[in-house]
Amino acid sequence: MTRALITGNAAAAWGARLAGAEYVPAFPITPQTEIIETLAGWIDAGEMDCRLVTLESEHSMLTAAGAAASTGVRVFSATSSQGLLYGMEMIYAAPGNRAPFVLVNVSRGIQTPVTLEPDHNDVLATRDSGFLQLHCATCQEVLDSTLIAYRLAEDHRVRLPALVNLDGFYLSFTREPVDIPARTEVEKFLPPFNPETTRFHAGEPVSQGVVVLGGAYYSYFRYEQHLAAQRALEVYAEVAAEFEQEFGRRYDAVETYRSEDAEIVFFMIGSFSTKAKDAVDRLREAGQAVGLVRPRLLRPYPAEALRRALAGKQGVVVIDQNLSMGMGGVLHGELAGALYGQPGMPPVLASFIGGLGGRDIAAEEFYEMVEVTRKACQEGVTPPPRLLYTADELRQMRKLQAVAHAERREDAA
Amino acid sequence: MYRIRFHGRGGQGMKTASRILGSAFFLQGYEVQDAPRYGAERRGAPIFAYVRAARQPIQERGIILAPDLVIVADDSLLPMPAAGVLQGVTPRTTLLIHSSEAPETWRQRLNIAGSLLTLSAQAEPHFAGTALTGAAARLVGVIMRSALEQAVRQELAGLGEETLSANLAQALAAYDGMAAHAGQVSEGEASAAVACPRPDWVDLPLDEADAAAAAIHAGATSVEVRTGLWRTLRPVIDYARCKRCWWVCSEFCPDSAIKVSAENYPEIDYEHCKGCLICVAQCPSHAITPIPESSEVKP
Ligand code: SF4
Ligand code: SF4
Repeated sequence: MTRALITGNAAAAWGARLAGAEYVPAFPITPQTEIIETLAGWIDAGEMDCRLVTLESEHSMLTAAGAAASTGVRVFSATSSQGLLYGMEMIYAAPGNRAPFVLVNVSRGIQTPVTLEPDHNDVLATRDSGFLQLHCATCQEVLDSTLIAYRLAEDHRVRLPALVNLDGFYLSFTREPVDIPARTEVEKFLPPFNPETTRFHAGEPVSQGVVVLGGAYYSYFRYEQHLAAQRALEVYAEVAAEFEQEFGRRYDAVETYRSEDAEIVFFMIGSFSTKAKDAVDRLREAGQAVGLVRPRLLRPYPAEALRRALAGKQGVVVIDQNLSMGMGGVLHGELAGALYGQPGMPPVLASFIGGLGGRDIAAEEFYEMVEVTRKACQEGVTPPPRLLYTADELRQMRKLQAVAHAERREDAA
Repeated sequence: MYRIRFHGRGGQGMKTASRILGSAFFLQGYEVQDAPRYGAERRGAPIFAYVRAARQPIQERGIILAPDLVIVADDSLLPMPAAGVLQGVTPRTTLLIHSSEAPETWRQRLNIAGSLLTLSAQAEPHFAGTALTGAAARLVGVIMRSALEQAVRQELAGLGEETLSANLAQALAAYDGMAAHAGQVSEGEASAAVACPRPDWVDLPLDEADAAAAAIHAGATSVEVRTGLWRTLRPVIDYARCKRCWWVCSEFCPDSAIKVSAENYPEIDYEHCKGCLICVAQCPSHAITPIPESSEVKP
């Protein structure tokens, strides 16, 4: 094992390398490119025995990933944002083949307008695809989750592809100290892929992705994917326990931080949750009973673990780094669905939309969200959803619009 | 926790500088987080990078709003509000500017009460990053000379011995030069939740769709952005070889940067040619060759 300063992208590449990925179909996109470059460099230097092929699009890349997985090799790929969307047809198609592989997504906001910076609308667009989803908060977690994802995806009770998500910039380009285990250590936890019946060979023709008419047959195949995804919850717990035993790092499906005796907790995914931890520490110093509950696993949805973590709390600050137009925050709606009608659940789920397109969430905003939620608990009235957006930010926007307006008039004249 | 922000322009090695400092802290036993922050990657654009170092694991992320040390590689960024160089600078922040002007001049110009130091401008601007890092390592006072040296070697390992030793010399000279100020930059405290000002959130109003679609309402703005600055390799047409075919080069250029003159010769618009070299690959007469952008022969 070595402990080194590496970026989230490098951590993802290390995950693929240590997992012994044998085939990497690739297409570059900011902020994911470094993953592909790193792997290509290792393969070139003979440090990694793997075939990397650049395809002409993410659609082809994901088709290749799914097809290669069906032959029984260990497949890794990575994308981001528009690339993920471009491959979306295959994202939804691949899980039905029941051939496992791991896809890393480096979150980046989606257009329009275009950005390079992160939020979670890209990854949440894959929410209903059948891919299992692991969400990371640190560079260490990126490496570790990639290894865990293979175990989970390849387990014969599951056999679904898995997606590991890390935030662009805040993880992808950020170096943090990461324990990089030796290949021999990893092999104990993650032995070579045993594809069992997943062996699509030239001599044994199989047709995949076939037509199934008649809703009942279709329902069967689709619901089987759902059941397998649900089974992955139990498998995840086993895999995470083994991981902890091997490497000493614990990754519950739902991370809880100082939440046991908390009255109000933050609920969010991704790298900004470490900022929330910092806010929790500061608020605790100020005598407030505040904590954090963060689902690592978003698919399958760890509903039971969330109910356990949230039972008896007064209020939940739900921070969505995504936006479903005309509805609001995706995490908020899902959480409400999991808690509704269950005994002992917090009466107030306050919805906040923040960090879109990489916008910072400042410490004072974390404090204020707690304040708003506390007040709501006292008054028994859930506040309307709130976009984290300051008067100063609106002023800057208005300034740009004034310039655009003047230009437009000039144009018309 | 030490919170250090670097400001420079793309191409000045800010990312490498921040990584050298990050690695030096790490070698010294600190927990570290370092990251560059830029938009579309290109030379000349303002970028910043940051380094956090602490004895405890670091939970903060992203932009540093209360820096202990601000390092400026390009003094032309100081008057640019968009570069945000002075954001969060307080009397306890040290400002380190790479500039040929005296600290006193900058102190007056910027009306700065806190500590302001300059590192005299390097003859070769691409050394600015490493030199500033060397100075920063001394300013924080907890980085040994040997850790700095090891960090420089580590981060510049891929550049060859000559470049490495030149950079190392710069870094160490700057480190030594800051002896009088060793340890002057200290770790900032975590700001308490109680003393914090509240955010002035607003409800976003619903605007007319027309105003709320991201668009640029002016013609030919792409002409004004000199994308030629991004080029690292320059295509040069050898007119003795050019057969004035049917201007394959011009057809293929994805940036429409090759025009055909009245005499039917192709002409490259270097203000906008990004140096993709597609024209080089496509020219059937092999009349276009690439030369490094830095080479002496200017078009
Ligand atoms: S493609 Fe080559 S030969 Fe044809 S016009 Fe361009 S430079 Fe001349
Ligand atoms: S190098 Fe690329 S951008 Fe430049 S002239 Fe040739 S084809 Fe156009």
